[in-house]
Amino acid sequence: MPWFTDILNAVVLMCNFMIVPALSYGSQLALGALAVTLVYSVLRFANFAQGDTMAFATVVTILSTWVLQNSGISFGFMPTAILAMPIAVIACLAYVLLIDKFVYEYYRNQNSKPITIVMASVGVMFITGGIVRFVLGPSHQIFSDGARFIITTREFKEMTGLSEGLAIKTSQFLTVTIAIMLVGFVFYFLQKTKTGKAMRAYSDNENLALLSGIDPAKVVRVTWILVAVLTTIAGVLYGLDKGFMAISYHQLLLPTFAAVIVGGIGSPIGAIVGGFVISFSELTMTYAYKKFLIYLLPEALEPSGLVQFLSTEYKFAISFVILVIVLLLRPTGIFKGKVI
Amino acid sequence: MAYLSGENITAAYDYSVPILNDCSVEVNKGELAVIVGPNGAGKSTVMKVLLGMLKQSKGSVMLEGKDISKLSVQKRITLGLAFVPQTDNVFPTMTVEENLEMGAFLRTDDISKTMEEVYELFPILYERSNQLVGQLSGGQRQQAAFGRAMMTKPTVMLLDEPTAGVSPIVMDEIFGNILRLKKSGRAVLMVEQNAKQALTIADKGYVLVSGSNEHTGTGKELIADPVVRKSFLGG
Repeated sequence: MPWFTDILNAVVLMCNFMIVPALSYGSQLALGALAVTLVYSVLRFANFAQGDTMAFATVVTILSTWVLQNSGISFGFMPTAILAMPIAVIACLAYVLLIDKFVYEYYRNQNSKPITIVMASVGVMFITGGIVRFVLGPSHQIFSDGARFIITTREFKEMTGLSEGLAIKTSQFLTVTIAIMLVGFVFYFLQKTKTGKAMRAYSDNENLALLSGIDPAKVVRVTWILVAVLTTIAGVLYGLDKGFMAISYHQLLLPTFAAVIVGGIGSPIGAIVGGFVISFSELTMTYAYKKFLIYLLPEALEPSGLVQFLSTEYKFAISFVILVIVLLLRPTGIFKGKVI
Repeated sequence: MAYLSGENITAAYDYSVPILNDCSVEVNKGELAVIVGPNGAGKSTVMKVLLGMLKQSKGSVMLEGKDISKLSVQKRITLGLAFVPQTDNVFPTMTVEENLEMGAFLRTDDISKTMEEVYELFPILYERSNQLVGQLSGGQRQQAAFGRAMMTKPTVMLLDEPTAGVSPIVMDEIFGNILRLKKSGRAVLMVEQNAKQALTIADKGYVLVSGSNEHTGTGKELIADPVVRKSFLGG
């Protein structure tokens, strides 16, 4: 049955170049988007510093990884960066709490308009970006070690006898598993614990939360803790997958915000779904379908070009287009978030 | 001596002209007291002073004969005061049950008993306990608001215009619920715009004008008073 093998080959090809990368990129976006959404719904501003804070946390992870590597500590087939992550979470938490203390708290106490705080966060974004470049420079850094692949294309081909291989990078596997666990934890926390419910209550109706005896300072603190954990893990996973570069973290802001808006601003589940909508759109639009179609179509119909809708340089345009479409057609997003 | 009383209160927002001038209100357990009056008379301000959201410059707030004038809002809530604001009195994206839990946020003991009491008083809330409060009707939402306030096991409930902006049918429903709150042995003090209906069910009524007690009496007396009728109840 050569046609059946062709279909299998096409499916494997699709998984290898589109579905697996989109799943892992989507998970990274989802974690970042979840952090943005939490800040938005509890602290009531869109945090433009998200991408650069991710870079900050990743820089701490990279430095700690180097220290660990130099002292001969490794984590088996897993990247050493995973061991360094707790240090980065603490550093990131200290950083965001410091920023909150010296920047956002002032505006909160003044009852400033959200747009004022957003502008302050743009300032924080530039400062953070500056610190990141000052410490590690603007160049590309690869800090993943351990086994690069869980399954390589060659192993997969030998196992299945197909002519196409499916490779799963350790970073991709880690991204998806850690993201699932983390999102599960955040949702459990928000839905079931008293502190999580207090956070939602505070986000729902600030004055009534005060009347009910909820301490706003504690809610703000817990929010930053969650944000620091999400931000660090999102940053490190993205860096393990694609390498670290200050500018690419900065640019993550666009797809992250697009994910938040597509999913519905202020809706945690929307942020997750939005992340995957953006990642799958980016990859389906920039993937070259030539080989895929060759497997599926009869020889006479085989395409001669690459069959690629957009070249990968335009991937940010896709976030923009989705953003425009959603804002025109369904401004509340998929899960009926707030409208700014 | 009344259970909760505000005695000779004078209060102002930020050094401006006093909103309340030597104003006194009181309410006992199992009693419904209503404050009515024209716009700007300081009706809601009375509540804010009783609750401690606004500090009075003169006078005092007494609960069970003890002066609570200097205590914070949170402290007064733990002592048995509960407040249902006029608007935004529920957490719309949380379920009925979660709203009740949030009402009991400061409590560390078992809250299931109190929750049962609330469900007994408002059976519809039990039916809708897992539904988001934002999806309930106006009257049901008001019950959820009452329920949330009841979770601190209050002895006094302060209601700020509970029937503002609802239809006449829902208004009757809400007044019915307020009577149930009263019959459960709590002291209920409310500010109302629908003066006539409110005074009909009130044990005590206060007509406030420019921050002072203009007329005081039982609800029936006030309704029967020709001056009150003419000036405040539309003849």
